[in-house]
Amino acid sequence: MGGHLNPNHLIFLGQGALWTIGLSAIALIGGGIVGFAVALARISPLKTLRLCSGAYVQIVQGTPLLVILFLGYFGLSAIGLSLSPLTAASASLSIYVAAYLGEIWRGAIQSVPKPQWEAAEGLALSRTQRMMMVILPQAVRIATPPTVGFMVQIVKNTSLASVVGFVELMRSGQIINNSLFEPFLIYAIIALVYFAMCYPLSLFSQRLERRMGRGRARLQPA
Amino acid sequence: MQHTTSSAAPIVSLRDVQKSFGPLKVLDGVSFTVARGEVLALIGRSGSGKSTALRCIDHFETIDGGEITVCGRRVDAPDVDLRALRQDVGIVFQSYNLFPHLTIEQNITLAPRAVKRMPLTEAKALAREVLAQVGLEEKLHAYPEQLSGGQQQRAAIARSLAMQPKVMLFDEVTSALDPELTGEVLKVIERLAADGMTMVMVTHEMAFAKGIADHIVFMHRGKVHETGPASMLASPQTPELAQFVGTGL
Repeated sequence: MGGHLNPNHLIFLGQGALWTIGLSAIALIGGGIVGFAVALARISPLKTLRLCSGAYVQIVQGTPLLVILFLGYFGLSAIGLSLSPLTAASASLSIYVAAYLGEIWRGAIQSVPKPQWEAAEGLALSRTQRMMMVILPQAVRIATPPTVGFMVQIVKNTSLASVVGFVELMRSGQIINNSLFEPFLIYAIIALVYFAMCYPLSLFSQRLERRMGRGRARLQPA
Repeated sequence: MQHTTSSAAPIVSLRDVQKSFGPLKVLDGVSFTVARGEVLALIGRSGSGKSTALRCIDHFETIDGGEITVCGRRVDAPDVDLRALRQDVGIVFQSYNLFPHLTIEQNITLAPRAVKRMPLTEAKALAREVLAQVGLEEKLHAYPEQLSGGQQQRAAIARSLAMQPKVMLFDEVTSALDPELTGEVLKVIERLAADGMTMVMVTHEMAFAKGIADHIVFMHRGKVHETGPASMLASPQTPELAQFVGTGL
């Protein structure tokens, strides 16, 4: 026990940080794919799809991520389906992210002015063509700043995966602290590393938003 | 152009069309026909139902009763093939509605390529041709936001023309434009009329309607209140039209 912070500790923290990035990427990609489907289902002409996807979003947004993680790891293993910490954390985060990205993207799709749909319809484009060629390219523009902003939340929320024993940045810090007992120093380092990951994303999001402000005239010619 | 329907049959025909928005009856037994090559102007006060009548022709509104036939196709049939209907009908809106993320050329080639599977080179040649028709050849690679309102509206007309519709619908296409820009758009429509395009237009430009329309339909409270040749504007038979024409200019 005891001792001082040495390069091996920092390497261990570095590995944890890489897993934080990796888990964030998995959550973003998995949640992005499901979230896209959720967004489309939320505005589907089929009422059942709208209702189901709406319920999904409400349930996930009304449940703490921590509870979803516990359910995915301890809950499922108790009923005989044992997942590794990585799988449980990836799945739980993806489920969580999908609900939020689904809502962000639904809003973006719906904020494309309705006459754009009508113009595309008047040109005999099918619903899929209208969506892919006219609406989504405009929605992507609208959705990019809030999506990048939400990525900051994903990065920070991966720290909760430490509770199911997944060794990302937070958990690697806890492990080091267990041997060094220097919580202020170690958690300060961890805070700094999280900040270093999130701040560029925040800046990027803000810059996109400012650029969007200029581009808004493009979206509503009148 | 030769079509399947005989030249005697009207391109567009409305018979006793009924339409309500909730408790509000917007169309109350509207009937009129448009023959091939004819220009029909729908006039009337705001809220008289003229825009709704126009939108019903392209099935942007569904009707509660009556019959609408376009190019021999029953628009009010529950199984109407909307994509086929909209290849026959071109529509131009008050707010242009060009796609802001595409260049003018891409705006024009999008539907011919996606709907008619036209090869790219052919679609590009077509874009040049229809832009020449509206006098905008030099704007091929511009984005909509770089164009004036009048130019955007002319580009929107070109985009519709590229689908080679059998009838064009114009929904107050100059209402968002100042008088100078209105003039350049009206000139384009005039040229189309001279070329024999069948057209239905909702317009507030009385002088223009008088000059270009073969038929005028004056709508009042959801009904066709008075109808006749363009000369009827000079000698209104009903006090409502007299008042409208008196104040409409």
